[in-house]
Amino acid sequence: MKKSSWLRRLGTFASLALMAALMAGCTDKMIVLDPKGPIGEQQRDLIYISTLLCLVIIVPVLIITGVIIWRYRARPDNKAKYEPEWEHSTKLETIWWGIPIIIIIILAIVTVRYTFALEPSKALDSDKEPITIQVTSLDWKWLFTYPEQGIATVNYVQFPEDTPIRFQLTSDAPMNSFWIPQLGGQLYTMSGMAMTLHLQADEPGEYFGSGANFSGKDFAQMRFTANATSDEEFEEWVEEIKRKAPILTLDGYKELAEPGVSQVQTFSAFPEGLFEQIVTKYAASHNHGLTTREVEPREQTKHGEDHNDIDVKADDTKSEDLEVPAEGSHDHHSETDEHAGHR
Amino acid sequence: MWENIKEFASEFFVTGDPLIYGADVGIALTMIAIVFILTYFKKWTWLWREWLTTVDHKRIGIMYIIASILMLFRGGVDALLMRTQLAMPEMEFLTPEHYNQIFTTHGVIMILFMAMPLMFGLFNIVVPLQLGARDVAFPFLNSLSFWLFFWGAMLFNLSFVIGGSPDAGWLAYPPLSQMSHSPGVGQDFYIWGIQISGIGSLMTGINFIVTILKMRAPGMSLMKMPMFSWSVLSSCITIIFAFPILTVTLALLFLDRYLGAHFFTLDGGGNPMMYINLIWMWGHPEVYIVILPAFGIFSEIVATFSRKKLFGYKSMVFAMMIISVLSFFTWLHHFFTMGSGASVNSFFAITTMLIAIPTGVKVFNWLFTMFRGRITFETPMLWTIGFIPCFIVGGMTGVLLSVAPADFQFHNSYFLIAHFHQVLIGGVAFGYFAGLAYWWPKVFGFRLNEKLGKWAFWLWNIGFYVCFMPQYILGLMGMTRRVSSYTWDSGWWELNLVSTIGGFLMGIGFLFQVWQIAHSIRFMDRDTTGDPWNGRTLEWSIPSPAPLYNFATLPQVSSQDEWWEEKQRIAAGKAPKQQPPLEPIHMPKNSGIPFIKSFFWFIAGFGFVFDWLWMAIPGLAGVAICMLAHSFNYDTDYYIPVDDIKRTEAAARGSV
Repeated sequence: MKKSSWLRRLGTFASLALMAALMAGCTDKMIVLDPKGPIGEQQRDLIYISTLLCLVIIVPVLIITGVIIWRYRARPDNKAKYEPEWEHSTKLETIWWGIPIIIIIILAIVTVRYTFALEPSKALDSDKEPITIQVTSLDWKWLFTYPEQGIATVNYVQFPEDTPIRFQLTSDAPMNSFWIPQLGGQLYTMSGMAMTLHLQADEPGEYFGSGANFSGKDFAQMRFTANATSDEEFEEWVEEIKRKAPILTLDGYKELAEPGVSQVQTFSAFPEGLFEQIVTKYAASHNHGLTTREVEPREQTKHGEDHNDIDVKADDTKSEDLEVPAEGSHDHHSETDEHAGHR
Repeated sequence: MWENIKEFASEFFVTGDPLIYGADVGIALTMIAIVFILTYFKKWTWLWREWLTTVDHKRIGIMYIIASILMLFRGGVDALLMRTQLAMPEMEFLTPEHYNQIFTTHGVIMILFMAMPLMFGLFNIVVPLQLGARDVAFPFLNSLSFWLFFWGAMLFNLSFVIGGSPDAGWLAYPPLSQMSHSPGVGQDFYIWGIQISGIGSLMTGINFIVTILKMRAPGMSLMKMPMFSWSVLSSCITIIFAFPILTVTLALLFLDRYLGAHFFTLDGGGNPMMYINLIWMWGHPEVYIVILPAFGIFSEIVATFSRKKLFGYKSMVFAMMIISVLSFFTWLHHFFTMGSGASVNSFFAITTMLIAIPTGVKVFNWLFTMFRGRITFETPMLWTIGFIPCFIVGGMTGVLLSVAPADFQFHNSYFLIAHFHQVLIGGVAFGYFAGLAYWWPKVFGFRLNEKLGKWAFWLWNIGFYVCFMPQYILGLMGMTRRVSSYTWDSGWWELNLVSTIGGFLMGIGFLFQVWQIAHSIRFMDRDTTGDPWNGRTLEWSIPSPAPLYNFATLPQVSSQDEWWEEKQRIAAGKAPKQQPPLEPIHMPKNSGIPFIKSFFWFIAGFGFVFDWLWMAIPGLAGVAICMLAHSFNYDTDYYIPVDDIKRTEAAARGSV
């Protein structure tokens, strides 16, 4: 018995020491705790506040645990009180119902305030006009389109520092989650809707970004760099892409959307309304039965081949409410048709 | 012809990976060995009469436990394969496809085919004995529950060698789990394996609620019931509300996949978000379903090994019931980042935090049970003491995760992984291991070896911290879950390597547990007292292993710790309670129908997985025939005559 208590303490100390060593070695790499933007900073503050509130109760309890186990271990010479029938104390129980309730009330108030303050669709306070960047998660790469600049990039996003960025998120593949830890928390990218996430970088730098929600085979390759630069550098970068990079056509997009990984790519132009089309091609199918599509024969694809492929280029339906180039009319090509045969 | 067969086999069987060929050989050899041994020792009828057809809750419990240990092995190997792949950056030990399959099966197996059956095993072994009952309320249904679980688990595990494993994560979010993105049979194995065993779980829930409400010994009011039975009641109430949601959700997913319906598809008016809500409406209560009984186990053990009454009995009961109810109002915290808006997120953040209050109260009550007690450190108590700090820290990180805006940074990262492993290993697994060591002598009649048990405990306990503490930090370093590899420049490799070492320490801990069991079967002395731990509740008042009918005469209960009080009375020189005269005992008869019927479910499930209606329809027909056959079977019970009871009791007590 004595030995096991000893071992226990040793184990605790060893793991604490190990933790401390690890913490010391890694603090600079803990990017969540090293934010470079207003959202990330507030989230870090909140993490610290809530951790402290929890520690207020956790640390004493851990100490009490150790003391009780040590003091009341069964040994013939143990002089501590032994009261085998003592099983209730209203006073004590009120205390330990009360303390957690108080802590949780405080934490709940803090949480609700921050929840409303950090609602991702809320615009950031800034003198500068926000820049919109549209983000599409594909199998297994990120497409960034800049509607204001007219350029597009893959697995790389650049924007000026100190400027609010309005990310619009959608997916043309299984849902993912868009996360740049040093700028702020993540938000899901989901097909058929565009969600808004406001972030800002307060200083220039290359920030790690990745897809956080599992989306299939090469999900692990869905990393990207978010590069915050000065306004001038950003302008130069845009100009250079406009001069040198190829154009992203609809066919090109279709190819890009095919399952597979990708290097960093840049495009000097992309089909107008591409992002809106990606969003509406799923949302539009809520009108099932109301569109002209209903009466037209649908294309049957052999199931099991390109089941990931959602045909952008094709044919029959024209989206009335969007200004899109003629070749940009999109197809509501139903996946169901593809697998109606069930293998 | 030969070419056709070859082509079929190459699609039917999983091929191309040496690991799987190795497993194929292993499985084939094991099966041959089992058949050989059973035949050689002429044990087939014994197996059928004594085990496959049994309706005895104790034997069903033993079978649950054996199955769950096998599943722990499979799920653990999955875990170690993953940790090996992640030990170093850019490893090519597993392909991404294989890695995705492995984390999917690891999750499903550990929760549904390891934790659940181990829990049901303990329910079966302990609850009727604690209540002073002769069996559960519906012994036939109990056997059916077990066999449904068993064949469901077999169906799921079959995907490893036939057809291919599911790879869309343990909760199979659409659209990834839809035909459009997972055209293989893996997802269908997932649906049918879980569906079949899930029905069994639901029936177990009903069975134990009725048992607890209707079959308690005379005098045992609800507020005199042992705490473990209370925890079973709260867990089973949660089961009967949560599992139907799972069944419906998976049925809808099946309709999407099989008939091209549009419940959760991207197009045609389907909505994947609906699936994510539904699956977590089951998934969150599910984790409380498995943790509540662990709380019950700790309550029993803390009182026994502190030699003191459980502190704050009413608070404990109240806390568990609150947890059970609140568990249904927190599901959205699994996707704060889905854009539900600040009001919704605030609501679910608060409901989640609220759970910390009753949970915290329970910890205090355990601590104050030890306070002014006399604590000894046998293995069941060691697991309990290991649990307390582990669960406190895991609970704290859970509260951190519930803070919605902060969760935007924690979500889907290794911080989350570390959190739920801390509460599931430190809470659920430690709890069930504690319970297993505690009640082992009651079922098998001998204790487990202490020394090997302590080795296992320390390896698990230290291994746990080494494995998962670094993962909290990895989460803060931006590492997301389910990545099959990472790059050198991510800076994650040192901590990943440490984590892998911890994983293997736990693996060695598991080997020690297996060794402990094997060694104890061979060498441990028979427990002749029936009460090896100086226990407090009724199960310790009868011989070990418990006789078929449990209690020769039903005990009269007058207090919470009935057996402890009785021992006190005897020690004080008073006469033991008067036993009424023996009467013939009414018992249920064995039945082969649960086994056969569940096997037909397996056939039907397998048929649906491969879309072979010629197989699925006869399977379902078999199920229907079994139902009919059982409906017209009136020969379901018998009486044990008084002479037999006397003989059994004399034999059991004679060795005291």
